[in-house]
Amino acid sequence: MKYTSVFDIIGPVMIGPSSSHTAGAARIGRVARDLFGGQPKWAKIHLYGSFAETYKGHGTDVAIIGGLLDYDTFDERIKTAFADAEKANLTYEFIPETAHTEHPNTARLVIGDDETEMSMVGISIGGGSIEIIELNGFPLRLSGGMPAILVVHDDRAGCIAAVANCLAGYNINIGHMEVSRKERGNMALMVIEVDQNIDKSILDEMSTLPNITKVTRIKN
Amino acid sequence: MEVLFHNVRELVALAESENKQISEIMIEQEMLITERTREEIMTQMTRNLTVMEEAVERGLKGVHSVTGLTGGDAVLLQKYIATGKSLAGDLLLDAVSKAVATNEVNAAMGTICATPTAGSAGVVPGTLFAVKNKLNPTKEQMIRYLFTSGAFGFVVANNASISGAAGGCQAEVGSAAAMAAAAIVEMAGGTPQQSAHAFSISLKNMLGLVCDPVAGLVEVPCVKRNAMGAANAIVAADMALAGVTSRIPTDEVIDAMYRIGRTMPSALRETGQGGLAATPTGRALEAKIFGGAVLQSE
Repeated sequence: MKYTSVFDIIGPVMIGPSSSHTAGAARIGRVARDLFGGQPKWAKIHLYGSFAETYKGHGTDVAIIGGLLDYDTFDERIKTAFADAEKANLTYEFIPETAHTEHPNTARLVIGDDETEMSMVGISIGGGSIEIIELNGFPLRLSGGMPAILVVHDDRAGCIAAVANCLAGYNINIGHMEVSRKERGNMALMVIEVDQNIDKSILDEMSTLPNITKVTRIKN
Repeated sequence: MEVLFHNVRELVALAESENKQISEIMIEQEMLITERTREEIMTQMTRNLTVMEEAVERGLKGVHSVTGLTGGDAVLLQKYIATGKSLAGDLLLDAVSKAVATNEVNAAMGTICATPTAGSAGVVPGTLFAVKNKLNPTKEQMIRYLFTSGAFGFVVANNASISGAAGGCQAEVGSAAAMAAAAIVEMAGGTPQQSAHAFSISLKNMLGLVCDPVAGLVEVPCVKRNAMGAANAIVAADMALAGVTSRIPTDEVIDAMYRIGRTMPSALRETGQGGLAATPTGRALEAKIFGGAVLQSE
Protein backbone atom coordinates (compact mmCIF):
# COMPACT_ATOMS: atom_id res chain seq x y z
CA MET A 1 0.00 0.00 0.00
CA LYS A 2 1.29 3.43 -0.95
CA TYR A 3 -0.39 5.17 1.97
CA THR A 4 -0.29 3.49 5.36
CA SER A 5 -1.46 6.06 7.90
CA VAL A 6 -4.57 8.21 8.30
CA PHE A 7 -2.14 11.09 8.78
CA ASP A 8 -0.97 10.64 5.20
CA ILE A 9 -4.52 11.70 4.30
CA ILE A 10 -5.40 14.14 7.10
CA GLY A 11 -1.99 15.78 7.09
CA PRO A 12 0.72 16.81 6.91
CA VAL A 13 0.54 20.13 8.67
CA MET A 14 2.46 22.27 6.24
CA ILE A 15 3.27 25.62 4.73
CA GLY A 16 1.22 26.12 1.54
CA PRO A 17 0.51 26.11 -1.26
CA SER A 18 0.88 22.51 -2.56
CA SER A 19 1.15 19.23 -0.68
CA SER A 20 2.91 17.47 -3.56
CA HIS A 21 4.92 20.43 -4.86
CA THR A 22 5.77 22.11 -1.55
CA ALA A 23 5.47 19.64 1.37
CA GLY A 24 6.50 16.61 -0.73
CA ALA A 25 9.38 18.60 -2.20
CA ALA A 26 10.59 19.59 1.28
CA ARG A 27 10.45 15.94 2.32
CA ILE A 28 12.46 14.85 -0.74
CA GLY A 29 15.12 17.44 0.14
CA ARG A 30 15.18 16.37 3.77
CA VAL A 31 15.53 12.67 2.97
CA ALA A 32 18.40 13.53 0.61
CA ARG A 33 20.11 15.37 3.47
CA ASP A 34 19.58 12.37 5.77
CA LEU A 35 20.98 9.95 3.21
CA PHE A 36 23.94 12.21 2.52
CA GLY A 37 24.59 12.25 6.24
CA GLY A 38 24.42 16.01 6.74
CA GLN A 39 24.23 19.24 4.85
CA PRO A 40 25.76 19.24 1.36
CA LYS A 41 27.77 22.18 0.05
CA TRP A 42 26.25 22.15 -3.39
CA ALA A 43 23.09 20.82 -5.03
CA LYS A 44 22.04 20.36 -8.65
CA ILE A 45 18.32 19.76 -8.77
CA HIS A 46 16.74 18.39 -11.93
CA LEU A 47 12.96 18.75 -12.10
CA TYR A 48 10.64 16.75 -14.35
CA GLY A 49 6.99 16.84 -15.43
CA SER A 50 4.66 19.00 -13.36
CA PHE A 51 7.58 19.86 -11.06
CA ALA A 52 9.44 21.35 -14.03
CA GLU A 53 6.42 23.25 -15.31
CA THR A 54 5.15 24.76 -12.07
CA TYR A 55 7.99 24.76 -9.54
CA LYS A 56 8.23 28.53 -9.20
CA GLY A 57 4.56 29.07 -8.43
CA HIS A 58 4.41 26.23 -5.95
CA GLY A 59 7.58 27.12 -4.08
CA THR A 60 8.99 23.69 -4.99
CA ASP A 61 12.45 25.23 -5.26
CA VAL A 62 12.47 26.89 -1.83
CA ALA A 63 10.89 23.76 -0.32
CA ILE A 64 13.61 21.42 -1.66
CA ILE A 65 16.32 23.78 -0.43
CA GLY A 66 14.48 24.03 2.90
CA GLY A 67 14.51 20.23 3.10
CA LEU A 68 18.24 20.18 2.40
CA LEU A 69 18.55 22.58 5.37
CA ASP A 70 16.60 20.06 7.51
CA TYR A 71 13.33 22.05 7.61
CA ASP A 72 10.13 20.05 8.14
CA THR A 73 6.96 20.60 6.04
CA PHE A 74 5.49 23.01 8.61
CA ASP A 75 8.68 25.02 9.20
CA GLU A 76 8.01 28.70 8.46
CA ARG A 77 11.68 29.08 7.50
CA ILE A 78 10.89 27.33 4.18
CA LYS A 79 9.89 30.77 2.93
CA THR A 80 13.41 32.15 3.52
CA ALA A 81 15.26 28.98 2.50
CA PHE A 82 17.18 30.64 -0.36
CA ALA A 83 18.63 33.32 1.92
CA ASP A 84 19.26 30.72 4.63
CA ALA A 85 21.12 28.51 2.12
CA GLU A 86 23.47 31.35 1.32
CA LYS A 87 24.22 31.81 5.02
CA ALA A 88 24.75 28.04 5.37
CA ASN A 89 27.16 27.99 2.40
CA LEU A 90 24.91 25.81 0.26
CA THR A 91 25.01 26.68 -3.45
CA TYR A 92 22.27 25.32 -5.67
CA GLU A 93 21.03 25.21 -9.23
CA PHE A 94 17.60 24.22 -10.56
CA ILE A 95 17.40 22.55 -13.95
CA PRO A 96 13.92 22.06 -15.43
CA GLU A 97 14.01 19.01 -17.72
CA THR A 98 11.75 18.13 -20.62
CA ALA A 99 12.36 14.35 -20.52
CA HIS A 100 9.32 12.22 -19.79
CA THR A 101 9.32 10.36 -16.48
CA GLU A 102 7.08 7.59 -15.19
CA HIS A 103 5.70 9.84 -12.43
CA PRO A 104 4.70 13.46 -13.19
CA ASN A 105 6.35 14.90 -10.07
CA THR A 106 9.92 13.70 -10.19
CA ALA A 107 13.12 15.33 -8.91
CA ARG A 108 16.72 14.15 -9.26
CA LEU A 109 18.95 15.64 -6.61
CA VAL A 110 22.69 15.52 -7.16
CA ILE A 111 24.28 16.82 -3.98
CA GLY A 112 27.77 16.83 -2.57
CA ASP A 113 30.59 18.48 -0.65
CA ASP A 114 34.35 18.63 -1.24
CA GLU A 115 34.82 14.89 -0.74
CA THR A 116 31.77 13.01 -1.87
CA GLU A 117 28.63 13.27 -3.97
CA MET A 118 25.27 11.51 -4.11
CA SER A 119 22.49 11.20 -6.65
CA MET A 120 18.91 10.51 -5.56
CA VAL A 121 15.59 10.41 -7.40
CA GLY A 122 12.44 11.20 -5.45
CA ILE A 123 8.81 11.30 -6.54
CA SER A 124 5.99 13.18 -4.87
CA ILE A 125 2.97 10.91 -5.14
CA GLY A 126 0.29 13.20 -3.69
CA GLY A 127 -0.86 14.63 -0.39
CA GLY A 128 2.73 15.25 0.72
CA SER A 129 3.72 11.58 0.57
CA ILE A 130 6.92 10.72 -1.28
CA GLU A 131 8.93 7.77 -2.50
CA ILE A 132 12.64 7.54 -3.17
CA ILE A 133 13.05 5.41 -6.28
CA GLU A 134 16.77 5.61 -7.01
CA LEU A 135 19.96 6.16 -5.03
CA ASN A 136 23.35 6.40 -6.77
CA GLY A 137 21.99 4.37 -9.66
CA PHE A 138 20.39 1.70 -7.48
CA PRO A 139 16.66 1.30 -8.00
CA LEU A 140 14.77 1.15 -4.69
CA ARG A 141 11.45 1.94 -3.08
CA LEU A 142 11.54 3.92 0.09
CA SER A 143 8.63 5.88 1.52
CA GLY A 144 10.54 8.17 3.86
CA GLY A 145 7.57 7.77 6.21
CA MET A 146 9.29 5.09 8.28
CA PRO A 147 12.73 5.14 9.88
CA ALA A 148 15.10 3.26 7.60
CA ILE A 149 18.70 2.15 7.27
CA LEU A 150 20.50 2.06 3.94
CA VAL A 151 23.57 -0.11 3.65
CA VAL A 152 25.91 -0.03 0.67
CA HIS A 153 27.87 -3.27 0.61
CA ASP A 154 29.83 -5.69 -1.55
CA ASP A 155 27.60 -8.30 -3.16
CA ARG A 156 28.96 -11.19 -1.06
CA ALA A 157 27.42 -14.08 0.89
CA GLY A 158 26.72 -13.34 4.55
CA CYS A 159 26.38 -9.55 4.31
CA ILE A 160 22.64 -9.53 4.75
CA ALA A 161 22.78 -12.03 7.61
CA ALA A 162 25.45 -9.98 9.38
CA VAL A 163 23.39 -6.79 9.19
CA ALA A 164 20.21 -8.58 10.27
CA ASN A 165 22.12 -10.16 13.17
CA CYS A 166 23.39 -6.78 14.28
CA LEU A 167 19.82 -5.42 14.38
CA ALA A 168 18.54 -8.53 16.16
CA GLY A 169 21.20 -7.97 18.81
CA TYR A 170 19.52 -4.67 19.66
CA ASN A 171 16.04 -6.19 19.45
CA ILE A 172 15.18 -4.05 16.41
CA ASN A 173 12.41 -5.42 14.21
CA ILE A 174 12.71 -5.21 10.43
CA GLY A 175 9.40 -4.07 8.90
CA HIS A 176 10.42 -4.24 5.25
CA MET A 177 13.65 -5.03 3.46
CA GLU A 178 14.88 -4.84 -0.10
CA VAL A 179 18.20 -5.65 -1.67
CA SER A 180 19.29 -4.44 -5.08
CA ARG A 181 22.49 -4.57 -7.07
CA LYS A 182 23.72 -3.20 -10.36
CA GLU A 183 25.50 -6.39 -11.39
CA ARG A 184 26.39 -9.70 -9.75
CA GLY A 185 29.38 -9.64 -7.41
CA ASN A 186 29.67 -5.87 -7.53
CA MET A 187 28.12 -3.28 -5.22
CA ALA A 188 24.72 -3.79 -3.65
CA LEU A 189 22.30 -1.80 -1.55
CA MET A 190 20.15 -2.95 1.36
CA VAL A 191 17.13 -0.85 2.28
CA ILE A 192 15.76 -1.78 5.68
CA GLU A 193 12.63 -0.13 7.08
CA VAL A 194 12.45 -0.47 10.85
CA ASP A 195 9.90 0.37 13.53
CA GLN A 196 11.98 2.86 15.52
CA ASN A 197 14.74 5.42 15.01
CA ILE A 198 18.18 3.84 15.12
CA ASP A 199 21.03 5.16 17.30
CA LYS A 200 24.12 6.33 15.45
CA SER A 201 26.22 3.93 17.54
CA ILE A 202 24.41 0.99 15.93
CA LEU A 203 25.15 2.40 12.47
CA ASP A 204 28.79 2.76 13.43
CA GLU A 205 28.91 -0.84 14.59
CA MET A 206 27.26 -1.97 11.38
CA SER A 207 29.76 -0.11 9.24
CA THR A 208 32.63 -2.10 10.83
CA LEU A 209 31.15 -5.40 9.60
CA PRO A 210 33.04 -7.09 6.73
CA ASN A 211 32.20 -5.97 3.16
CA ILE A 212 30.11 -3.01 4.31
CA THR A 213 30.96 0.23 2.49
CA LYS A 214 28.56 2.80 3.91
CA VAL A 215 25.63 2.94 6.31
CA THR A 216 23.13 5.80 6.44
CA ARG A 217 19.73 6.25 8.02
CA ILE A 218 16.48 8.10 7.60
CA LYS A 219 14.96 9.30 10.83
CA ASN A 220 11.27 9.79 11.35
CA MET B 1 1.09 -5.25 5.81
CA GLU B 2 -2.13 -6.18 7.52
CA VAL B 3 -4.97 -3.67 7.26
CA LEU B 4 -8.57 -3.84 8.39
CA PHE B 5 -10.01 -2.66 5.07
CA HIS B 6 -8.81 -2.37 1.48
CA ASN B 7 -11.91 -0.77 0.03
CA VAL B 8 -15.14 0.93 1.04
CA ARG B 9 -17.14 -2.32 0.85
CA GLU B 10 -14.91 -3.89 3.52
CA LEU B 11 -14.91 -0.70 5.57
CA VAL B 12 -18.71 -0.49 5.70
CA ALA B 13 -19.11 -4.25 6.27
CA LEU B 14 -16.71 -4.12 9.21
CA ALA B 15 -18.42 -1.10 10.75
CA GLU B 16 -21.83 -2.78 10.40
CA SER B 17 -20.79 -6.21 11.69
CA GLU B 18 -19.03 -4.75 14.72
CA ASN B 19 -21.65 -2.05 15.20
CA LYS B 20 -19.01 0.68 15.14
CA GLN B 21 -18.65 4.03 13.47
CA ILE B 22 -16.32 4.37 10.48
CA SER B 23 -14.16 6.75 12.49
CA GLU B 24 -13.68 3.99 15.07
CA ILE B 25 -12.52 1.50 12.42
CA MET B 26 -10.02 4.08 11.16
CA ILE B 27 -8.67 4.70 14.67
CA GLU B 28 -8.34 0.95 15.27
CA GLN B 29 -6.51 0.46 11.98
CA GLU B 30 -4.12 3.31 12.81
CA MET B 31 -3.39 1.68 16.18
CA LEU B 32 -2.78 -1.64 14.43
CA ILE B 33 -0.47 -0.28 11.73
CA THR B 34 1.54 2.25 13.71
CA GLU B 35 1.50 0.36 17.02
CA ARG B 36 0.74 3.61 18.79
CA THR B 37 -1.81 4.08 21.55
CA ARG B 38 -5.27 5.50 20.99
CA GLU B 39 -4.28 8.48 23.08
CA GLU B 40 -1.24 9.29 20.92
CA ILE B 41 -3.30 9.05 17.75
CA MET B 42 -6.12 11.19 19.14
CA THR B 43 -3.59 13.78 20.32
CA GLN B 44 -2.03 14.04 16.87
CA MET B 45 -5.43 14.46 15.21
CA THR B 46 -6.39 17.09 17.79
CA ARG B 47 -3.30 19.06 16.74
CA ASN B 48 -4.38 18.83 13.10
CA LEU B 49 -7.86 20.05 14.07
CA THR B 50 -6.30 23.04 15.84
CA VAL B 51 -4.24 23.90 12.72
CA MET B 52 -7.44 23.76 10.65
CA GLU B 53 -9.33 25.98 13.06
CA GLU B 54 -6.52 28.54 13.12
CA ALA B 55 -6.34 28.58 9.32
CA VAL B 56 -10.09 29.20 9.05
CA GLU B 57 -9.92 32.01 11.61
CA ARG B 58 -6.98 33.59 9.84
CA GLY B 59 -8.69 33.41 6.46
CA LEU B 60 -11.91 34.89 7.80
CA LYS B 61 -9.94 37.94 8.94
CA GLY B 62 -8.74 38.37 5.35
CA VAL B 63 -5.50 37.26 3.71
CA HIS B 64 -4.05 37.86 0.25
CA SER B 65 -1.52 35.86 -1.73
CA VAL B 66 1.76 37.37 -2.90
CA THR B 67 0.50 37.44 -6.51
CA GLY B 68 -2.76 39.12 -5.54
CA LEU B 69 -4.71 36.52 -7.55
CA THR B 70 -6.61 35.31 -4.48
CA GLY B 71 -7.66 36.58 -1.09
CA GLY B 72 -10.44 38.43 0.64
CA ASP B 73 -13.34 36.36 -0.69
CA ALA B 74 -13.98 34.62 2.63
CA VAL B 75 -14.53 38.05 4.18
CA LEU B 76 -16.94 39.05 1.40
CA LEU B 77 -18.95 35.87 1.91
CA GLN B 78 -19.21 36.33 5.69
CA LYS B 79 -20.40 39.90 5.22
CA TYR B 80 -23.00 38.70 2.72
CA ILE B 81 -24.22 35.97 5.08
CA ALA B 82 -24.63 38.62 7.78
CA THR B 83 -27.07 40.56 5.57
CA GLY B 84 -29.48 37.62 5.81
CA LYS B 85 -30.01 37.61 2.05
CA SER B 86 -28.25 34.33 1.27
CA LEU B 87 -30.23 32.27 -1.24
CA ALA B 88 -28.34 29.01 -0.69
CA GLY B 89 -28.78 29.17 3.08
CA ASP B 90 -26.48 30.29 5.85
CA LEU B 91 -24.97 26.88 6.68
CA LEU B 92 -24.06 26.11 3.08
CA LEU B 93 -22.54 29.51 2.50
CA ASP B 94 -20.75 29.40 5.84
CA ALA B 95 -19.07 26.15 4.73
CA VAL B 96 -18.17 27.76 1.41
CA SER B 97 -16.63 30.79 3.12
CA LYS B 98 -14.61 28.66 5.54
CA ALA B 99 -13.34 26.44 2.73
CA VAL B 100 -12.32 29.58 0.85
CA ALA B 101 -10.71 30.98 4.01
CA THR B 102 -8.50 27.91 4.36
CA ASN B 103 -7.39 27.93 0.75
CA GLU B 104 -6.72 31.64 0.80
CA VAL B 105 -4.36 31.01 3.72
CA ASN B 106 -2.78 28.15 1.77
CA ALA B 107 -2.26 30.33 -1.31
CA ALA B 108 -0.60 32.92 0.92
CA MET B 109 1.92 30.23 2.01
CA GLY B 110 0.32 30.07 5.44
CA THR B 111 0.12 26.99 7.67
CA ILE B 112 -2.63 24.49 6.82
CA CYS B 113 -3.33 20.80 7.23
CA ALA B 114 -3.48 18.90 3.91
CA THR B 115 -6.85 17.10 3.59
CA PRO B 116 -6.05 15.11 1.51
CA THR B 117 -3.85 17.68 -0.25
CA ALA B 118 -3.01 21.35 0.26
CA GLY B 119 -4.81 22.41 -2.90
CA SER B 120 -7.97 20.75 -1.58
CA ALA B 121 -7.40 21.59 2.09
CA GLY B 122 -10.48 23.80 2.42
CA VAL B 123 -13.31 21.34 1.94
CA VAL B 124 -13.02 19.11 5.02
CA PRO B 125 -12.46 21.90 7.60
CA GLY B 126 -14.83 24.29 5.80
CA THR B 127 -17.73 21.85 6.07
CA LEU B 128 -16.74 20.76 9.58
CA PHE B 129 -16.75 24.24 11.09
CA ALA B 130 -20.04 25.11 9.37
CA VAL B 131 -21.91 21.90 10.22
CA LYS B 132 -20.61 22.28 13.78
CA ASN B 133 -22.92 25.25 14.34
CA LYS B 134 -25.96 23.15 13.49
CA LEU B 135 -25.05 19.80 15.06
CA ASN B 136 -23.19 21.07 18.15
CA PRO B 137 -20.72 18.16 18.21
CA THR B 138 -18.40 17.38 21.10
CA LYS B 139 -14.67 17.91 20.58
CA GLU B 140 -14.31 14.14 20.17
CA GLN B 141 -16.98 14.08 17.47
CA MET B 142 -15.10 16.80 15.61
CA ILE B 143 -11.91 14.75 15.78
CA ARG B 144 -13.87 11.69 14.63
CA TYR B 145 -15.05 13.71 11.63
CA LEU B 146 -11.42 13.82 10.52
CA PHE B 147 -10.94 10.08 11.00
CA THR B 148 -14.06 9.31 8.96
CA SER B 149 -12.80 11.63 6.21
CA GLY B 150 -9.42 9.94 6.50
CA ALA B 151 -10.84 6.43 6.22
CA PHE B 152 -12.45 7.18 2.86
CA GLY B 153 -9.43 9.19 1.70
CA PHE B 154 -7.19 6.26 2.64
CA VAL B 155 -9.10 4.01 0.25
CA VAL B 156 -9.01 6.60 -2.56
CA ALA B 157 -5.28 7.27 -2.10
CA ASN B 158 -4.40 3.57 -2.23
CA ASN B 159 -6.86 2.40 -4.89
CA ALA B 160 -6.87 5.50 -7.11
CA SER B 161 -5.03 8.77 -6.51
CA ILE B 162 -5.17 11.99 -4.52
CA SER B 163 -2.69 13.77 -6.77
CA GLY B 164 -3.77 16.44 -9.26
CA ALA B 165 -0.64 15.76 -11.28
CA ALA B 166 -1.65 12.10 -11.56
CA GLY B 167 -5.46 12.26 -11.63
CA GLY B 168 -6.64 15.85 -12.09
CA CYS B 169 -8.71 17.94 -9.69
CA GLN B 170 -11.27 15.14 -9.34
CA ALA B 171 -8.54 13.34 -7.33
CA GLU B 172 -8.01 16.34 -5.06
CA VAL B 173 -11.13 18.47 -4.55
CA GLY B 174 -13.25 15.54 -5.76
CA SER B 175 -11.79 13.25 -3.11
CA ALA B 176 -11.99 15.97 -0.46
CA ALA B 177 -15.67 16.68 -1.15
CA ALA B 178 -16.57 13.00 -1.07
CA MET B 179 -14.58 12.46 2.14
CA ALA B 180 -16.35 15.41 3.77
CA ALA B 181 -19.78 14.18 2.63
CA ALA B 182 -19.16 10.84 4.31
CA ALA B 183 -17.98 12.52 7.52
CA ILE B 184 -20.97 14.88 7.66
CA VAL B 185 -23.29 11.88 7.47
CA GLU B 186 -21.60 10.19 10.42
CA MET B 187 -21.67 13.37 12.49
CA ALA B 188 -25.36 13.84 11.68
CA GLY B 189 -26.12 10.34 12.93
CA GLY B 190 -26.32 8.51 9.61
CA THR B 191 -25.23 4.91 9.07
CA PRO B 192 -21.88 3.75 7.63
CA GLN B 193 -23.74 2.73 4.47
CA GLN B 194 -25.24 6.21 4.19
CA SER B 195 -21.75 7.66 4.54
CA ALA B 196 -20.67 5.51 1.60
CA HIS B 197 -23.65 6.67 -0.47
CA ALA B 198 -22.90 10.31 0.34
CA PHE B 199 -19.30 9.71 -0.71
CA SER B 200 -20.39 8.18 -4.02
CA ILE B 201 -22.96 10.87 -4.80
CA SER B 202 -20.38 13.56 -4.14
CA LEU B 203 -17.52 12.00 -6.12
CA LYS B 204 -19.76 11.11 -9.07
CA ASN B 205 -20.38 14.81 -9.50
CA MET B 206 -16.68 15.62 -9.48
CA LEU B 207 -15.63 13.01 -12.05
CA GLY B 208 -13.65 14.44 -14.93
CA LEU B 209 -12.72 17.64 -13.15
CA VAL B 210 -9.36 18.73 -14.54
CA CYS B 211 -6.40 20.34 -12.79
CA ASP B 212 -5.65 23.52 -14.75
CA PRO B 213 -4.14 26.08 -12.37
CA VAL B 214 -3.39 29.49 -13.87
CA ALA B 215 0.38 30.08 -13.93
CA GLY B 216 0.72 26.73 -12.15
CA LEU B 217 -0.30 28.41 -8.90
CA VAL B 218 -2.65 26.88 -6.33
CA GLU B 219 -4.94 29.89 -6.60
CA VAL B 220 -7.13 30.15 -9.71
CA PRO B 221 -9.38 28.17 -9.88
CA CYS B 222 -8.36 26.11 -6.83
CA VAL B 223 -9.83 28.38 -4.16
CA LYS B 224 -13.26 28.47 -5.80
CA ARG B 225 -13.16 24.75 -6.52
CA ASN B 226 -12.82 24.23 -2.78
CA ALA B 227 -15.87 26.47 -2.33
CA MET B 228 -17.93 24.28 -4.63
CA GLY B 229 -16.44 21.13 -3.17
CA ALA B 230 -17.79 22.18 0.23
CA ALA B 231 -21.23 22.91 -1.22
CA ASN B 232 -21.22 19.59 -3.08
CA ALA B 233 -20.31 17.72 0.12
CA ILE B 234 -23.15 19.18 2.15
CA VAL B 235 -25.76 18.55 -0.54
CA ALA B 236 -24.51 14.98 -1.08
CA ALA B 237 -24.67 14.34 2.67
CA ASP B 238 -28.23 15.68 2.82
CA MET B 239 -29.24 13.47 -0.11
CA ALA B 240 -27.82 10.35 1.56
CA LEU B 241 -29.44 11.25 4.89
CA ALA B 242 -32.74 11.65 3.03
CA GLY B 243 -32.37 8.04 1.90
CA VAL B 244 -31.11 8.62 -1.64
CA THR B 245 -28.67 5.88 -2.65
CA SER B 246 -25.95 5.64 -5.29
CA ARG B 247 -26.69 3.08 -8.00
CA ILE B 248 -22.97 2.63 -8.64
CA PRO B 249 -21.14 1.12 -5.65
CA THR B 250 -18.55 3.38 -4.02
CA ASP B 251 -15.51 1.29 -4.97
CA GLU B 252 -16.58 1.31 -8.60
CA VAL B 253 -16.96 5.10 -8.50
CA ILE B 254 -13.42 5.34 -7.09
CA ASP B 255 -12.17 3.01 -9.82
CA ALA B 256 -13.93 5.12 -12.47
CA MET B 257 -12.20 8.20 -11.07
CA TYR B 258 -8.85 6.42 -11.30
CA ARG B 259 -9.44 5.34 -14.90
CA ILE B 260 -10.59 8.81 -15.94
CA GLY B 261 -7.40 10.22 -14.40
CA ARG B 262 -5.28 7.74 -16.35
CA THR B 263 -6.79 8.89 -19.63
CA MET B 264 -6.60 12.59 -18.84
CA PRO B 265 -4.03 14.40 -20.99
CA SER B 266 -0.97 15.79 -19.24
CA ALA B 267 -2.01 19.36 -20.12
CA LEU B 268 -4.95 18.93 -17.72
CA ARG B 269 -2.98 17.40 -14.86
CA GLU B 270 -1.34 20.25 -12.96
CA THR B 271 1.07 21.36 -15.66
CA GLY B 272 -0.54 24.78 -16.09
CA GLN B 273 -0.77 24.16 -19.85
CA GLY B 274 -4.43 23.47 -20.56
CA GLY B 275 -7.93 24.43 -19.50
CA LEU B 276 -8.28 27.73 -17.65
CA ALA B 277 -4.48 28.10 -17.51
CA ALA B 278 -4.41 28.21 -21.32
CA THR B 279 -7.14 30.86 -21.72
CA PRO B 280 -6.01 34.29 -22.97
CA THR B 281 -6.55 35.75 -19.50
CA GLY B 282 -4.85 32.81 -17.83
CA ARG B 283 -1.83 33.29 -20.07
CA ALA B 284 -1.82 37.06 -19.52
CA LEU B 285 -1.85 36.57 -15.74
CA GLU B 286 0.97 34.07 -16.04
CA ALA B 287 3.07 36.51 -18.08
CA LYS B 288 2.35 39.28 -15.61
CA ILE B 289 3.39 37.18 -12.63
CA PHE B 290 6.45 35.44 -14.01
CA GLY B 291 7.45 37.72 -16.87
CA GLY B 292 8.84 36.05 -19.98
CA ALA B 293 10.70 33.25 -18.24
CA VAL B 294 7.82 30.84 -17.86
CA LEU B 295 6.41 31.51 -21.30
CA GLN B 296 9.77 30.71 -22.90
CA SER B 297 9.97 27.37 -21.16
CA GLU B 298 6.83 26.11 -22.85
